[in-house]
Amino acid sequence: MANASPNRWDRYYTPATVAEAIELLQQYDGQARVVGGGTDLLVETRRGLHRPAQAMVDVTNIGGLDTITSDDGHIVMGCGVTHSQIVTNALIIERGSCLAESCSVIGGPQVRNVGTLAGNVAHALPAGDGTIGLLALGGEIEVAGEGGSHWMPLQESFKGPGKSFIDRHRQILTRLRFTPTAEREGSAHHRVMRPQGLCLPIISMGVRVKLDDDDTISAVRISMGPVGPVPYLAETAMDVLVGGPATPEQFRQAAEVALNSVSLRASKYRASHEYREQMVRTFLPMILNRAVERAQGTGL
Amino acid sequence: MSMLHLILNGRPVDIDVPESRYLSEVLRNDLGLTGTKIGCNEAECGICTVLVNGTPIESCVFPAFKAQGATVETIESLSQDGELHPLQQAFLDHGAVQCGICTPGVIMTAKALLDEKGASLTDDEISVALKDTYCRCTGYQSVIRAIRQAAGQNVAPLLPNIQPAGDSIGRPHPNPQSRAKIMGRARYTDDYRFPGMLYARTKRAGVPHARIRSINTAAARNLPGVRAVLTHEDVPGHNRHGLVIDDWPVLCDDKVRYAGDAVAIVAADSDEVAAAALERIRVEYDELPVVSDAIAATKPDAPLVHEGRDNGNLLRHIKVDKGDIEAGFAAADAIVDQTYRTPATEHLFLEPECSIAVPGGYNPEDFGGTLDRNAARGETATHDKTTIYVGSQIPYQDRGQTAAALGVEPDAVRVVATLTGGGFGGKEDITGQIHTALLAEKTQRPVKMLYSRQESLLVHPKRHATVIRIRTGAKSDGTLTAVEATLYGDAGAYASLSEKVLTRATTHAAGPYDVPNVKVDCFAIYTNNAPSGAFRGFGVTQSCFAVESNMDMLAEKLGLDAAEIRRVNALDIGRATSTGQVLRESAGLNECIDMVDVGMRGKDFHWTWEEGNSRFAWGLAVAYKNTGLGGGAPDRAGAEVEVWRDGNDSIRAEVRTSSAEMGQGLPAVLAACVAEELGIPMDNVDVLLGDTDYCPDGGPTTASRQTFVSGNAARLAARKAAKKLANASSAQSVRARYDYDAPQTRALGTGGDMHFAFSFCAQAALVEIDMDTGEVHVRKVIAAHDVGRTINPLTLQGQIEGGIVMCIGYTLTEHYIQEQGKPWTDVMARYKMPSITHTPAITSHIVEHPTSGGPYGAKGVGELPSIPTSAAICNAIYRATGVRVRSLPVDQDELLRAIRTGADEIELAWGDLEPIPTIALGCER
Repeated sequence: MANASPNRWDRYYTPATVAEAIELLQQYDGQARVVGGGTDLLVETRRGLHRPAQAMVDVTNIGGLDTITSDDGHIVMGCGVTHSQIVTNALIIERGSCLAESCSVIGGPQVRNVGTLAGNVAHALPAGDGTIGLLALGGEIEVAGEGGSHWMPLQESFKGPGKSFIDRHRQILTRLRFTPTAEREGSAHHRVMRPQGLCLPIISMGVRVKLDDDDTISAVRISMGPVGPVPYLAETAMDVLVGGPATPEQFRQAAEVALNSVSLRASKYRASHEYREQMVRTFLPMILNRAVERAQGTGL
Repeated sequence: MSMLHLILNGRPVDIDVPESRYLSEVLRNDLGLTGTKIGCNEAECGICTVLVNGTPIESCVFPAFKAQGATVETIESLSQDGELHPLQQAFLDHGAVQCGICTPGVIMTAKALLDEKGASLTDDEISVALKDTYCRCTGYQSVIRAIRQAAGQNVAPLLPNIQPAGDSIGRPHPNPQSRAKIMGRARYTDDYRFPGMLYARTKRAGVPHARIRSINTAAARNLPGVRAVLTHEDVPGHNRHGLVIDDWPVLCDDKVRYAGDAVAIVAADSDEVAAAALERIRVEYDELPVVSDAIAATKPDAPLVHEGRDNGNLLRHIKVDKGDIEAGFAAADAIVDQTYRTPATEHLFLEPECSIAVPGGYNPEDFGGTLDRNAARGETATHDKTTIYVGSQIPYQDRGQTAAALGVEPDAVRVVATLTGGGFGGKEDITGQIHTALLAEKTQRPVKMLYSRQESLLVHPKRHATVIRIRTGAKSDGTLTAVEATLYGDAGAYASLSEKVLTRATTHAAGPYDVPNVKVDCFAIYTNNAPSGAFRGFGVTQSCFAVESNMDMLAEKLGLDAAEIRRVNALDIGRATSTGQVLRESAGLNECIDMVDVGMRGKDFHWTWEEGNSRFAWGLAVAYKNTGLGGGAPDRAGAEVEVWRDGNDSIRAEVRTSSAEMGQGLPAVLAACVAEELGIPMDNVDVLLGDTDYCPDGGPTTASRQTFVSGNAARLAARKAAKKLANASSAQSVRARYDYDAPQTRALGTGGDMHFAFSFCAQAALVEIDMDTGEVHVRKVIAAHDVGRTINPLTLQGQIEGGIVMCIGYTLTEHYIQEQGKPWTDVMARYKMPSITHTPAITSHIVEHPTSGGPYGAKGVGELPSIPTSAAICNAIYRATGVRVRSLPVDQDELLRAIRTGADEIELAWGDLEPIPTIALGCER
């Protein structure tokens, strides 16, 4: 059936259960598209950047998937959870600080009120702030499709810039989760923007740090974007830090190693290569320090 | 079609609509709730904000069926039983409403915040909540004050400290239309829907420079629902328009000269069909080489934008000569010679252009509508001639240009001004006026043409991009001895107002100073870029940036204080402008400098200091701007005043003129002038603006002229009417018309008075630079403006705050980028105007040096506040970092690089890919 108007859809579904949503996707056999808040997808659709879909399957109304819950050692967020819900959730502010921080800088309030973290992740931009925040926390996602559902590490879902292994015409990212930071753990996020006409970050970085009793770093995760086609986990820098002291010198070292292991690009009207490097040098140590202070219970 | 159920403004609503609708469309088009406005359809501007289940969302990208079953609140729900909501009252009290197009969205965003936070809300919370709800007029300070008042905090409207000059003059008063605007009842062009109305769209060139080989519209004509497809062959009259030179095709015939050129127009039963029809129009082009840079366009082998002209791409060479330039520099102890670049910028009025034309002979009953025989205009009125509803800055020129294209006499066309959702100079040129008139006459139906935001960005004239070299010489005490300058202005594809704008840039290129020896050459150059035209500041914004940057460099070289070097040279009574005009009155620049200087230099004053990773610094700049057209152009405005006694024997009046209100506050000014003359309260004066069949010609609303010329016309017409009323019986209404002619001016180069008045100002900006990122924030602005006489302190404060913030955008955020004649800035997401997070604390002082010809001594102020802020900011950046900014807008990436490497200047702005070209001074005479 032809599309009623260009860059639109004919049917807009708001299924109440995952099963119902999956059934719709099956029924449309690739001609329906999953939509969350739609704050990216619909703007792009209006501009004709996506092939027309006959139907939109809005997954923000699914019962039980619009809340943030604590479950079996995880903080779990359904696919209907908006950035605003995350930013104002006391549990996440305390035990997933870098996710709360990263979601708080997305768009403006109206976008955060509608846009979902699941949508941010499924969009798979190299520097989606919410995605960078969740990646630092070691997040996992649950994908449901015709054959049932399964959990997978977040970083395994990225295929390329704006491309996810989640098939947005046949699968649904139903839930996201991470293990909350415990005693002696902390996390932090920072982003650098410019005030001119580009809504994309110059650099977005998240960290999660775990300290031993003697303040040695026992575990760390560092996420960054955009430093390549997909959100990046800075493993070499993480290796540098693990087992060492939480000192400014170590943090500086980690930043240098991170820079050596990636090729930061210059992007027209957005940032020079040198500027991005400088921002990593300045702010990666800063957020490592902030996460450590949080782990020590001294930071905000 | 499917059933959508909403709890809308407290009442259940069930409506059968297609599932492909967005919520904004259901509200506006299906339910007729036009209080919710559309600015971009990109979820960028926030003016379409409504509350869904109490939460602010942007309705333009919110699918209607996503709101299935939800509670939806729009602006229409706010006032209950005639009682204004506290937010609405506060927006009135604080003058937080100007053009009003953003007001419903701003108020609804604020309402959600107020509901959540209550009386305790802070400025920071307001800033976070309104970050993405934009306002182009107010500069946000009045919005912040209003929201705090609505929260129950004790916040008085911020008004300048002046002595009111009369019972109405000098008294704060909201604009008469503001009440309708805050209630969502104000109607802009897109809010009108005439019975039988068709929807029109324009086929754009898409290529910047090409010869048209053929245009095939057959497939479009055959599409069901298409009522007319027109090309240049269908223009019965003159196929060109233009405010100064008629070089702009109504519909392109031989070639296209910029990507936004109109090639064909379509009217159809729906907007969707019109859009689909455009896709079926086939245009074959032979593409031509593109010239996209003003300086490159002057080369002998450059492609010609307009063939057959003697001067190639040179539209105009504008000259100022005064004294002996060589002797002037020979007498100088220090000379600064620097080249600057300024970007093309976009007005980004939040209401995209919209025109509706109604054919002569239209009767709404013919299309199932109702007829009201008493209605003078609107959907229930008959129309005896081609009538265009448009929010325009120049209704009478719209009329003349449309009539010429239709091949009829001007009075066979009527232009009715609707409310204008911002103009700033960007609604002076023709956009859809002629196109809709052609389509309406062809189809004999009303035709609406609403530009999308993206089309608006592509089509209408921008602020001129310039390269400006200025050489400034001074004696050791700071006395200026000579200024020599060369300016290149990119006029784009069509003349528009380039000649006038760049003349103003040229004559103001020595600054508001008495300089004995001046030589300026300015070249207005055609290119294949979007046309350049009027934009608040009218060329002076560009040259002021260069002039005032040079002044600070000169002060540093000579070891002089920044305020002192300006005082030494400031124009004053008895001193002469660069065109040799000796000022005889109303020159308050020195007082402006003093007030800003005192305000800035509190206890423990430092020009610059550090706090954490930030450096703070103050920067100073001054400016002047002519009031009125000047340069020998006749400057006339007519007004009619009708006066009568109502049932209670109170005197009431209506003032009529075809001047334009675009948010700047003209109706309140006119009402004050009439009320003052008649000795009646302002509320007893109605204002009718812009109906060419009912209102005399007020001339263009440009050049900060309307308070002066239309203010005078209204005042003098009221005076005449008062005399008539005295002799009339009590039952009679009397009418008087006055055509006011401003004092004669002289053309540039002929000596004497080029302008009948100038306004002056000084501004100091406190700037914070993040030394880690190079980010620049303006924290405080202290301003003093000599406005002659304050007519309305409330709207004056709004003009000053809004103007300053607009210039902050010019300095830090805005650049309309074109690459080889194609706009990179093709969506609003790629053009950022200042948001509430950019607004500084503003202290505005008013200086009143009355001008004898002005109404009660007033002169213009619409443009002035938006002129010196960029230089003040960049002078502060230099003081904080040692880096001189030579190109706008400031790029944090380049600034940080310069700070880190110790470089003393940056010449690449955000959006610049090439260094500033070298240009020569001293053009042969």
